[in-house]
Amino acid sequence: MEQVLGNLNGIDFTLGETILELSYLISALLFVFGLKLLSHPETARRGNFFAAAGMLLAMITTLLLHKNPAGNGISLNNVWIILAALAVGSVLGWTIARRVKMTAMPQLVSFFNASGGAASALVALLEFPNASMGDQGSILVTILGLIIGSVAFSGSMIAYGKLDGKIGDIFSGIMKYVNLFLLLCIVAIAAFIMTSGQSPAQLNWAIYLLLAVSLIYGVMFVMPIGGADMPVVISLLNSFTGIAATMAGFIYNNQAMILGGILVGAAGTILTLLMCKAMNRSLLNVIIGAFGGDGGSAVQQEGGVMKEISLSDASILLSYSKSVVIVPGYGLAVAQAQHVCHELEELLSEKGVSVRYAIHPVAGRMPGHMNVLLAEADVPYNQLVEMENINPDMPNTDVVIVIGANDVVNPAAITDPGSPIAGMPIINAHLAKNIIVMKRGRGKGYAGIENELFFDDKTRLLFGNAKDSLQNLANEIKSL
Amino acid sequence: MEQLLIYFFTYKEAIFIIALSIFLGIEVISNVPSVLHTPLMSGANAISGVIIIGGIILVGHADASKISLELILGIFAVIFGTLNVVGGFVVTDRMLEMFKKKKK
Repeated sequence: MEQVLGNLNGIDFTLGETILELSYLISALLFVFGLKLLSHPETARRGNFFAAAGMLLAMITTLLLHKNPAGNGISLNNVWIILAALAVGSVLGWTIARRVKMTAMPQLVSFFNASGGAASALVALLEFPNASMGDQGSILVTILGLIIGSVAFSGSMIAYGKLDGKIGDIFSGIMKYVNLFLLLCIVAIAAFIMTSGQSPAQLNWAIYLLLAVSLIYGVMFVMPIGGADMPVVISLLNSFTGIAATMAGFIYNNQAMILGGILVGAAGTILTLLMCKAMNRSLLNVIIGAFGGDGGSAVQQEGGVMKEISLSDASILLSYSKSVVIVPGYGLAVAQAQHVCHELEELLSEKGVSVRYAIHPVAGRMPGHMNVLLAEADVPYNQLVEMENINPDMPNTDVVIVIGANDVVNPAAITDPGSPIAGMPIINAHLAKNIIVMKRGRGKGYAGIENELFFDDKTRLLFGNAKDSLQNLANEIKSL
Repeated sequence: MEQLLIYFFTYKEAIFIIALSIFLGIEVISNVPSVLHTPLMSGANAISGVIIIGGIILVGHADASKISLELILGIFAVIFGTLNVVGGFVVTDRMLEMFKKKKK
């Protein structure tokens, strides 16, 4: 491994270094292939495996072959420390990932993302004193890594808390300005560090201050964002972690880190924009203009009457329908009613009713939330129909069952240009012949907007916890 | 400014990689069906744990003869990175497993 292979720009390079770089190339290719395969249902699992193999390869070769600029490898003592840390992280990660309930998936993804952000911030923090004075390029990537990593960490932790129900939405108009102020502080501190002319060691206080402000900004940035916008934020924070890893890759001039990180950064950004498009809002609008706060122009409907339906009426209506479409929302996930929902759907299918699920791209709290939830309950995925494909069938649908969804079926998005959700593509539940809405109470959705669908003449409401309602309905249908 | 230009020249290969990878990232995941949004995001999240390499390098060359704040924080960086990588890949696999069994 120590054999000198050749000389590049006056520096000898050894067999070990060459093998290390070669392994990074293979890892990078595995990341790309992995991600590519992950985007097709048939190959997704293999893709995940490829990416994991790439990661493992890069980790092993780094441990065995990496040399610092002075030409020293990693000493055996340090190898043991690293192996111990790897073991702790692996056992923890494995256990958490295996044990946590499928319904807690959005929280879990946030949590893992937070830990990646923390790792990036720590690496940048610890490498900062090693940046050589006056090397503005290295200082810039180091502080960018620190800022983005910290925001990704604290933001993801808040997202985790919100999704887990531990933290509520806090929104007030001032927060917009507080956030802007914090962002300016970050830029100012960063500019100071870049231009002060002091050595990195002297600037240690500034780097810790930058860390603190970035962490606070991450908290404040996610805090006001409403539950319905969570899919966008999670995806955005995910791309932040990738970008932070890229910055750290620059610190070490490590190609595997740079490529892996930026791939995630780009993919995450695209996914984020896809989510925004699904809500017909700009990313900026999601970040600064949380829903509900100032929907001033929205025409407040003079309520009308919500008409309830009895279980027996509902079961008869459903049993004698030809086609039924179920529109699941976050309420289904909260009530963990996916299994009962599947049971009901199978009961109806046995009676010859065609049952399909209409999936809105931003239903739930993370991208594709409803798909994962229903997959857990063994719903075949060809029964899950995307919004664009189900909407044309809506007028021929006998009954639409809306379970714990609200804004994604709110016709105000089409009819009321003043509504905060105006222009958002929705599932056209209001065009169906009958609508049954399962709701916990008479409250509004996350966006805080009245939903005129609930007052529609064709709409009947079934109040109560979604799981109980579905179970009772299923029992009722069985006894018919 | 001059410093940044020097930096660009020194790291030009890496900067080229970035520029091209952005397009690659966009290209690779475009047209992904929404059924895979969650696993894709989760898998990508695991890949962003590539920061673990940085953690290994950091702790690998740290002075391990005495316990210092740097060493401890470095060890935490490795643990967090591993948590991201292992947890991310395992949870993605678990999700995809659910999709799989429906295929038959």
